[in-house]
Amino acid sequence: MAVAQQVGTVKKNYLQALNEALREEMARNEDLLLLGEDIGILGGAFGVTEGLQEEFGGHRVYDMPISEAAIVGVAVGAALNGKTVMAEMQFIDFISCGFDQIVNMMATYHYRTAGEVNIPVVVRGPAGGYGGGALYHSQMNEAWFCHSPGLKVVCPSTPYDAKGLMKAALRDGNPVIFYEIKELYRLNSIAEELPEEDYTVPLGKAAIRRSGKDLTFVTYGNNVYHCLEAAEVLFKEHGIDAEVIDIRSLVPLDEETIYTSLGKTNRVVVVNEAPMTCGFAGEIVARITNNAFDLLDAPPLRVTRLDTPVPWAKPLESFVLPGVDKIVAAGLRVARF
Amino acid sequence: MTNKAPTKLDFPASLIKHDYEEMLFMRIFEEKCQFAFRNGKAGGYLHLYVGMEPLATGWLNSIRKGYDYVITAYRDHGHALVLGSDPLAVMCEILGRKGGLSNGKGGSMHLYDAEHQLYGGWGIVGAHTALGLGLAFAAKYRGEDRVTLCYLGDGAANAGIFYESLNMAGLWDLPIIYIIENNYFAMGTRLEYHAADTNLSKRGYPFGIESEQLDSMDVMEVRKDAARIIEMVRKEQKPYLVEALTYRFVGHGAADNSQELYRTKEEVAKARKRDPIHLLHDVILEHNILTQGELEALEEKFRAEVDEIYAKAEASPHPDPEDVYTNVYTDISPEVGH
Repeated sequence: MAVAQQVGTVKKNYLQALNEALREEMARNEDLLLLGEDIGILGGAFGVTEGLQEEFGGHRVYDMPISEAAIVGVAVGAALNGKTVMAEMQFIDFISCGFDQIVNMMATYHYRTAGEVNIPVVVRGPAGGYGGGALYHSQMNEAWFCHSPGLKVVCPSTPYDAKGLMKAALRDGNPVIFYEIKELYRLNSIAEELPEEDYTVPLGKAAIRRSGKDLTFVTYGNNVYHCLEAAEVLFKEHGIDAEVIDIRSLVPLDEETIYTSLGKTNRVVVVNEAPMTCGFAGEIVARITNNAFDLLDAPPLRVTRLDTPVPWAKPLESFVLPGVDKIVAAGLRVARF
Repeated sequence: MTNKAPTKLDFPASLIKHDYEEMLFMRIFEEKCQFAFRNGKAGGYLHLYVGMEPLATGWLNSIRKGYDYVITAYRDHGHALVLGSDPLAVMCEILGRKGGLSNGKGGSMHLYDAEHQLYGGWGIVGAHTALGLGLAFAAKYRGEDRVTLCYLGDGAANAGIFYESLNMAGLWDLPIIYIIENNYFAMGTRLEYHAADTNLSKRGYPFGIESEQLDSMDVMEVRKDAARIIEMVRKEQKPYLVEALTYRFVGHGAADNSQELYRTKEEVAKARKRDPIHLLHDVILEHNILTQGELEALEEKFRAEVDEIYAKAEASPHPDPEDVYTNVYTDISPEVGH
């Protein structure tokens, strides 16, 4: 379970990167508090906060009762009085229990005080499917919060970004909902060396994960890896050269990087893990058709979870979530249009 | 057990034997679930009832099975088994197979069996306490004398929705028994670190709900308490709150490898001295209800049965992928594909 010994001394996995970000920010900012269920003594359900209570004390790292609404409320109240707060949702699915405090209270406080108060709160939690968690331990519900003005929403896919975005989020001064992909936490294949020095990854800046000239995949989170795999299949089997954009940050969204890519490829498939209807992929497609219609040589497509709950049985879970096959098929459709 | 007069039995030998068998079967079933989980056959999350068996056996054998309503959280295998769900259907659900209670779509945390009035199995902590309230409301509205048992954990007892539910239960005199299964840990957070007052039975007080704290390791005692309280709630049509003192001998979930962070081995060993199955085992020997040989044979028999159930479940097919479109709505299907 020891976070520090997962992958040797140099490469850090996604979980270690988050742990480092929190540790370094705790040291840097004495006003930073961490709140969450089981985050202290246990170090979190997944270990993201491992060792932090020991290092920084119970007056800065709090084990909270199972009371998501009050956790967010305490975070906002503390932020009003100058604290920066990280509030963990044990699973991002449980964020629904704190929904009102987030969308009605936290999101609007800055606005309704005419900018008098800032709410530097990061609500973060393990998200996403592909792990057999069934209905209430598998969701990507980021669209709920993208739909709530006042909140920023981010979702890193690499250890480097997890650390850099977490640091940026904790310094941002706005409330940020931070989606961590739990299936990536301990994935050794994506572990990487992280800079020795302090760094941040700015909110609102996308990353190009693969350059290509024939079509563009726009995605985030776990689906970045599915798109990369699909791009390899398209290239090897069909000679189609796909670009993969990892938006990293949903609100604010880096539209420029998307349009620049479309200027080259003229074809786009947007992939997200959440259900199709009113999902963020739909928002991206809408913006592309509004702002860059002239660049398109084919209708923009979405690949998303089916509009169903996430089932428990493994083959069914795979069926409802976006997979490489579906992404390849969509890529072929736009490429051959 | 030496130099002591034999304890007096409050229940017939046949009943004691029944409860022993039921709890032993549950224990062996849970051990098999642990095995399945560790071998990647039972999904991402799974929670065992080991040590807490008297709460299912004691209470659920005291209700009118198939008539009274039962709802619980995610540690739910034992409840389904005691209520009479087919163990093969339970195992199929846990392994995500077609013959499961919800056709493999719900899984370990979400067992549901309408025939036996089991309304879940719920994975969002505390949320189902309001659903239990709804079941009790419906029963009272229809003028029936059904009682609803709503189980929750000590951690769930801090969720706001529980207090909204208690208030309405008290306001409307609904026939519901909230059973707080206090196993002293909200996952990895000890009771005194999550509860302002560790006497959780007091949590009914502000709502005028009678309550008591009950040691729940001895199934015979649980039966006595359960029968008394269920009869009272059925007759008086009022809510009741029980803080059942119990203990989970195993990790929070089947993947819990961090128990040493939140409790000591000594603490677990001490609790295990009151293992409910061992307590009954001693009573059975003391009163010559079964011999040591018969007890061992029983365990052998159950192990063989559970092995067979597991083998059958594992050989059952997964649901068809197209099944994902069914039961999302009553009348329409989600768009296929995309």
